[in-house]
Amino acid sequence: MRDVYVGGIGITTFTRLEYPLSEIAAYPAMMALKDAGIRDVDHLYVANMGSARVNHQTALASAVVDSLSLTPAGAAVIENGPASGASALKAGFAAVASGLHDVVLVSGAERMREVNNLEATDFVATLTHPLAEYIYGVTLPSHAAMFTRLYMEKYGLTERHLAMVAVKNQNNAMLNEFAHLHQPITIEGILDSPEAMTNNPYVAEPLRFFDACPVSDGGAAVILVSDDVAKTIDRPLIRLAGVGQATDTHAVHEREEPTDLLAVRRAAAQSFEMAGLRPEDVDVAELHDAFTILEIVESEEVGFFPKGEGHVALEKGETAIDGSLPINPSGGLKGKGHPVGATGVAQAHEIVTQLRGEAGDRQVDGPQVGFTCNFGGFGNNVVCLTFVREGR
Amino acid sequence: MAVDLERILRPVDNPLKPFEAKYMTLASGENMVVRQIDRDDVPDVLRHIEPLLHVERDFYDVVAARVYAELLAYYRHRMQDEYVLVAQVDGELVAVVNGREVTPGLGMSLHTIALRRGLRVGAHAFAAKMEYHIDTLGHQEVLIVAESPIGFRRWMIEYQLEKRFDTPHELGGVPSWALTKELFDRARSTLVVGRRPVPPEMLAKAEAKILPPSDPPTPPADLLAATRSLYDPTATALIAQRTLLGGEADNA
Ligand SMILES: CC(C)(COP(=O)(O)OP(=O)(O)OC[C@H]1O[C@@H](n2cnc3c(N)ncnc32)[C@H](O)[C@@H]1OP(=O)(O)O)[C@@H](O)C(=O)NCCC(=O)NCCS
Repeated sequence: MRDVYVGGIGITTFTRLEYPLSEIAAYPAMMALKDAGIRDVDHLYVANMGSARVNHQTALASAVVDSLSLTPAGAAVIENGPASGASALKAGFAAVASGLHDVVLVSGAERMREVNNLEATDFVATLTHPLAEYIYGVTLPSHAAMFTRLYMEKYGLTERHLAMVAVKNQNNAMLNEFAHLHQPITIEGILDSPEAMTNNPYVAEPLRFFDACPVSDGGAAVILVSDDVAKTIDRPLIRLAGVGQATDTHAVHEREEPTDLLAVRRAAAQSFEMAGLRPEDVDVAELHDAFTILEIVESEEVGFFPKGEGHVALEKGETAIDGSLPINPSGGLKGKGHPVGATGVAQAHEIVTQLRGEAGDRQVDGPQVGFTCNFGGFGNNVVCLTFVREGR
Repeated sequence: MAVDLERILRPVDNPLKPFEAKYMTLASGENMVVRQIDRDDVPDVLRHIEPLLHVERDFYDVVAARVYAELLAYYRHRMQDEYVLVAQVDGELVAVVNGREVTPGLGMSLHTIALRRGLRVGAHAFAAKMEYHIDTLGHQEVLIVAESPIGFRRWMIEYQLEKRFDTPHELGGVPSWALTKELFDRARSTLVVGRRPVPPEMLAKAEAKILPPSDPPTPPADLLAATRSLYDPTATALIAQRTLLGGEADNA
């Protein structure tokens, strides 16, 4: 396999965007092309989950490749639920590593605010098992809530720990100009004050409003290039060194131990093995905190902390921007927002920004190794990526 | 013969019991005071509402234009039995709500506008206004409409308002929804918050000056941004298009 490098990156603000989905995919791609200083690509992958259902548009890649004037380059959509973004990066990695292509543009985009919140929740719920889950009214918040309750019983985690993740990530988002939420919150305001229950009501007990990510539009792009092309690009050299992907049972109740996220564990292990690194080598990570509980559990499953002790590390401040292992300096899905198809690409965008040392006020101190975990389904399809800064 | 037209044009307000100020802690940990203002305070509020006239998202433009007109009409005595409540954090204006009494048993909710997003300040201010109608003014029912989807979620869905579709609302003549005393009683424990009395220093700070929003809407960088990236403060669309055209790609 050839080495694969990041040539360029681009992103839109995550918020409500009024321009068409194809443009939400195209603009960050243009930024990435500009960042890399290149005009031609061999192949385009567009990561998206809901265009057909939410935006009444199919074959999105054909629209995007044309609006970027990149024809006749190959183009295809990768739809893999909320893990579409990192799945598209994996496809791009494979294409470059195999020698099939030298320059692959990966753009993730979602426009979920075109519909109201209820419809958006229903759209995301279509990833659940149609006969064992969806027809009984299961949504992602309710899945996460049942999971959280089990986790609390087993590992002693409390609502306070969840609130600490929300506070950390919304406050990190304050430092990110592209983040959806620009509103700091405090434990006092969302948990302890007499008004906290109204400020932060239960959405699906024990999860509350501030435990969930907002519904966002947005796009992000990453250009993957071969070693030879990377040498011609005048940007810090970041290598996509490890790619891991694993699946688990579609229906959550079929898992032997539902509090174990085996797909996360396996995808992370694969990614580290390919990179020749260990979890303790990671300097900065973006984990998929669609719900606050997930940041804690993923931080254990990928190997940063022992099982059941993620919340202890959080309490000690280890996962803060100035902690020993900063997690979600971008604000994560919680603060930055979660346009589902774009998320995995946006996580990579943040890690590359951090490894380049270009993250401004939220810059982590001199990171060399970065890691992302893009969590699809309710843990049934997970992609983990390891990035390494090299040389210049 | 001299005719004092002003005496004819100016409505004679019925006395309305005042709203007793309250305060609450927001998700940010800051304390927000909700209090009633007098006519004399209106110009300060108008100054801070005016920039919202140009914000298209979430019907801020429509709501701000109407709030502006209603407050101005109150200030210049062209509205019958209106009241205005403001919500402030450390003096800063974060929300405005207004309404009026139609009859001793019926209230008309006019507008709710939030100048800070993501802290439920609008929802808290709306709850205070409903409390004023039901508990202080003794209205049996308040007629309500929503201009924006988020307004619909906050009022119609959260309070489960009843339809009064055969009664046109004063705002645009659209079908009304109603908050009854019974519905309000049901919402009391979950949606209506706040403490009284407001600590004197906190109230004094609020009354001293209505300060402008700390994060006011900024005008679009240029025309292209205005048409293509209205909700996109970092103007990715604009920068990208300039890149495509081969021009400068500054984040203006
Ligand atoms: C309607 C209105 C008064 C409600 O105010 P509010 O109760 O303070 O609530 P907000 O509008 O701040 O709530 C929405 C915000 O919550 C935040 N939010 C949403 N999901 C969130 C989550 N999971 N976590 C944290 N914050 C979240 C977001 O910032 C969102 O803003 P966005 O739409 O820009 O993304 C206010 O939106 C407003 O003034 N709108 C314009 C005028 C209007 O429509 N008035 C009502 C006429 S009937």
